[in-house]
Amino acid sequence: MKLDSMYQEVILDHYKHPHGRGLRDGDAEVHHVNPTCGDEITLRVKYAGDTVEDVSYEGQGCSISQASASVLNDLLVGKELAEAQKIQATFLELMQSKGQIEPDDAMEEVLEDAVAFAGVSKYPARVKCALLSWMAWKDATAQALGESAERKTA
Amino acid sequence: MTQLPGLLDTEAIRKDFPLLDRVVHDGKKIVYLDNAATSQKPRQVLDALNAYYEQSNANVHRGVHVLAEEATALYEGARDKVAAFINAPSRDEVIFTKNASESLNLVANMLGWADEPYRVDAETEIVITEMEHHSNIVPWQLLSQRTGAKLKWFGITDEGRLDLSDIDEVITEKTKIVSFTLVSNIMGTVNPVEAIIRRAQEVGALVCIDASQAAPHMILDVQALQADFVAFTGHKMVGPTGIGVLWGRQELLEDLPPFLGGGEMIETVSMSSSTYAPAPHKFEAGTPPIAQAVGLGAAVDYLTAIGMDKIAAHEHAITEYAIKRLKEVEGLRIIGPTTAEDRGATISFTLGDIHPHDVGQVLDELGIAVRVGHHCARPVCLRYGIPATTRASFYLYSTPAEVDALVEGLEHVRNFFG
Repeated sequence: MKLDSMYQEVILDHYKHPHGRGLRDGDAEVHHVNPTCGDEITLRVKYAGDTVEDVSYEGQGCSISQASASVLNDLLVGKELAEAQKIQATFLELMQSKGQIEPDDAMEEVLEDAVAFAGVSKYPARVKCALLSWMAWKDATAQALGESAERKTA
Repeated sequence: MTQLPGLLDTEAIRKDFPLLDRVVHDGKKIVYLDNAATSQKPRQVLDALNAYYEQSNANVHRGVHVLAEEATALYEGARDKVAAFINAPSRDEVIFTKNASESLNLVANMLGWADEPYRVDAETEIVITEMEHHSNIVPWQLLSQRTGAKLKWFGITDEGRLDLSDIDEVITEKTKIVSFTLVSNIMGTVNPVEAIIRRAQEVGALVCIDASQAAPHMILDVQALQADFVAFTGHKMVGPTGIGVLWGRQELLEDLPPFLGGGEMIETVSMSSSTYAPAPHKFEAGTPPIAQAVGLGAAVDYLTAIGMDKIAAHEHAITEYAIKRLKEVEGLRIIGPTTAEDRGATISFTLGDIHPHDVGQVLDELGIAVRVGHHCARPVCLRYGIPATTRASFYLYSTPAEVDALVEGLEHVRNFFG
């Protein structure tokens, strides 16, 4: 059944038991919404130098948006910024593939659990749900590092 | 099959709607329950659109050739049909727009640019309700921001009705315009027009009614309503997209200034100034949606032949049945009136903690088309502390079997996410 390609077991698991949920101390906070459906996320990032020390979040939305935030937390916390950015870019590429990319081993190594979202990319209305937290993370990171850069020059 | 009193002969009606035979997702027959978003179109409307383009296409109100005359007669004939459909005292009170949003924006802009006694300015107030579609909120917010007028609104009760307990404080001597929806697009609530109009008339305020969710489903009589403006759209009433209507009282349309300028709406033009054509043309700048108006005329004919009273009775029976069946679904909470009294055939609900997006996705897989989200009425969701709802909305071709399919589908959703 096609539905199972979207609602992979791993996605439903993350939805029912989200990782790293809840807001904790951070360097920057952003609030992103998906205006077409009302999904919302508040996300904070904390950096230790160039390392992603924490990504904390609180939000409401569909299983896809909530599971995606949980997977993001799993994947990015503890990574160097450059590596985290690579993961984000790869996830973006997969989600914008309209179901045309079949994740290979190399992609699976980068994305781990996040490859489960490949099926979601076939549903244009749901791609924004999957990307909500990732766009929020990108935005928060720009804000956090922009600020610390300012502090350095001050 | 479930037989309910008041039902239309849906078997015959459905034969007029080619799309209802559509099969989706590996052989599942479509169950179309998204009629509050847009209705499907009968063959009669599609044929009218085709015939217009194949036989009579020309621009209106200009050429002297036979096609221009035919096109003009068809376009103006559609105006006559719409005028009769809403019992307008005069055909010149029917303005064609592109949709209800444009109709409402037109009213807001007429008032923003008007002279006294209609002028909305910093000393005056605008009244709407918390139950409005965004198209009856945002134009008034814009008007309020641009003029300094104060924007006020009626709240909603826990039962999904307008809270008019403070009507004398909300509508005051300062109120210039009260604009509200006749039927809620998210909860189906039918609002008490009379009470609001009585108070508005007491203070000399104009009244604008958004009838987008009413015109397709019940007898709409603008004289009985006693409003000053009534807006609705064609595509929700088996007509094409791209055509809407604004009805306005003749003396107002004569007094109020145009909004869009251009061809068609003028009397004479010189380089320094222009004079305007009488209403409705004053408010129809540029080439209008001609084919779409013709299609709306055919839609009005179609609905009239069936009878708006019979359509209303059919939908009431379906609504009563749907509410009864939906209440059997564990964890389902109806947002809005929970009986079929004073409500239309649009039912919003939540299902436990399952997000409406997920509900809609699983239903879609079963061939059931519902709407999920905030339905362009986000303040209603905020009022009830929910991010979104799932909305099933029925029409003249909806059947009890489709209600059953929805209820079965929701059980499937519960199992899937359970």
